[in-house]
Amino acid sequence: MLARFGHRLLAGLAVVIGVVTLTFFLLHLAPGDPIDIILGPAATVQQRAAQRTALGLDRPLPAQFASWLSRFARGDWGNSIAKGRPVRALLGNAWRQTAWLVGLSLLLSYLTGLAIGALQAARSGSRLDTLLSVSTVTLFAMPGYWLGLMLVLAFTYWARLLPAFGTAGFDSDYLHGASWLIDRLRHLALPLATLTLIGIGGATRFVRGAMLETLSQPFITTARAKGVPPGRVVTHHALRNALTPVVTLLGLSLPALFSGAVFVEAVFAWPGVGRVLVEAVRARDYPVVMAATAISAVLVVAGNMIADVLAAWVDPRVRYGSATS
Amino acid sequence: MTRLLRDRRGAFGFLVLLVVVVCAIAAPLVTHGDPVAQHDIVATRFIPPLSSDAHGVFHPLGTDRFGRDVWTRLVYGARISMGVGVLAVLISLAIGVVVGGVAGYWRGPLSVTLLGLTDFALAVPRVVLLLLLAALWQPSTALVVTVLGLTGWMGIARLVHGEVRSLAARPFVEGAVAVGARRLRILTRHILPNALTPVIVAAALGVGNAIILEGGLSYLGLGVQAPTPSWGNMIASGGDTLVNAPWVATAPGVALVLVVIACTQLGDALRDVLDPGVRR
Repeated sequence: MLARFGHRLLAGLAVVIGVVTLTFFLLHLAPGDPIDIILGPAATVQQRAAQRTALGLDRPLPAQFASWLSRFARGDWGNSIAKGRPVRALLGNAWRQTAWLVGLSLLLSYLTGLAIGALQAARSGSRLDTLLSVSTVTLFAMPGYWLGLMLVLAFTYWARLLPAFGTAGFDSDYLHGASWLIDRLRHLALPLATLTLIGIGGATRFVRGAMLETLSQPFITTARAKGVPPGRVVTHHALRNALTPVVTLLGLSLPALFSGAVFVEAVFAWPGVGRVLVEAVRARDYPVVMAATAISAVLVVAGNMIADVLAAWVDPRVRYGSATS
Repeated sequence: MTRLLRDRRGAFGFLVLLVVVVCAIAAPLVTHGDPVAQHDIVATRFIPPLSSDAHGVFHPLGTDRFGRDVWTRLVYGARISMGVGVLAVLISLAIGVVVGGVAGYWRGPLSVTLLGLTDFALAVPRVVLLLLLAALWQPSTALVVTVLGLTGWMGIARLVHGEVRSLAARPFVEGAVAVGARRLRILTRHILPNALTPVIVAAALGVGNAIILEGGLSYLGLGVQAPTPSWGNMIASGGDTLVNAPWVATAPGVALVLVVIACTQLGDALRDVLDPGVRR
């Protein structure tokens, strides 16, 4: 078991290194030069050469890559070329904003999705089921950038209830205690609602499918034949068994905590990883893009492994087939 | 086909897509004027839906900030958005079917390499890769199609691989081997046609997804470039004038959501109709 786990870990490491290598060479071979962006068109040839040497961009690509990789692995992520700030601080701040937003929305959408999906499966074929199916299919089809705009239109321009952008009001430095918290929550409301509504659409459809499959199995018939009340069959017998694929999916959405909200962040000017990444790619800010890509790849690999561990934890039968115990 | 249309979801999906495609193809017939041209901007901008401008031209969905008719742009935008979605999925299909088919039928190092490549590509976060590829080169419609196609084939390759492997062990394939058919012929003539059902379903879902992603890239300014209308850049530019003219962003969004729903519903219906378990 341990050997297979080690094997997965090695394979994961290979994937991360592969992604990072690919990104590095793609980034450096593509047109566009960070020097243009830092110095502008008026710079002389000497200035450009000096800047290039200072940033270490004049060395051969493999040498640049090797030194980046060794420094990155040791925790030295370098400084942003465009902003001069340490990459760790830059991504650390952005990550907190994204994780806070996406984490809450994942939690809310899965809890709601479980409840609605279970209800739909229990009442499968009824009018309520059809109505909820139509609603969730519609929600799931909505692009975040459009739903976000529509919510802004309704709640900011028409109802004048909630702010449309940023994480805090202009006066937030002067707010304390409850009013500070309320300001934060008001700014969180619309982006969170956008992500959660779309998430509910996906989670509910998934839970409903998993529940319907579980409900058609013989042990459910047995439970019903024993005279277990219908509601209890759903909550105690079916829901627990339907949890396995749901929990797997939750593990797979771990990378979303880092980069899952790029488009919604753009709509609400939310200072998260998505915005940092878009700006960095445009400015050819190599250290920032490299660090962000590396973290994303690590999270994808880790998410896959965590999904397996969670699946085995929820459903002990899985343990025999997988490498995780 | 009749079975598909008898399914309510199938009929809905088919009808919506039919209307959109017919409108897109017959764009000059169902609209008037040029989707890109700007005339008397001050007199014709921000005209609300269902009203006429000072020149007596009727605008069913109003006009945007340059006085361009939103309905006209919506219909011409359908050409771009649907075209990008379909072409991107075709690229994904081509790569996915080849990689999955070869990896499923040829054993040995080639198969291991292709599967490893697929797993590797799956582990790259799609949005990050999209941003990276789209932002590195000069944005254009062709780039969006390529980038979406190159980042969407992995799921299809996995599907095809699984199907091909299970089909390769079936008696009819053994029969083809026994009569001396060549391997490539067995794969293309005997196995792949039988493996297409889940692929068609995945393609239907993929078109909707690709249209949403095209919109997202255009929203960030990395996709289809103005003044060419696509639903994504129409939503983006409508977002800037949300206060004056909410209809500019609303109309393409509604169209986009309808098309995506139609794709998922058609995909679900296709799955039920084409399901081998039911038909055989």
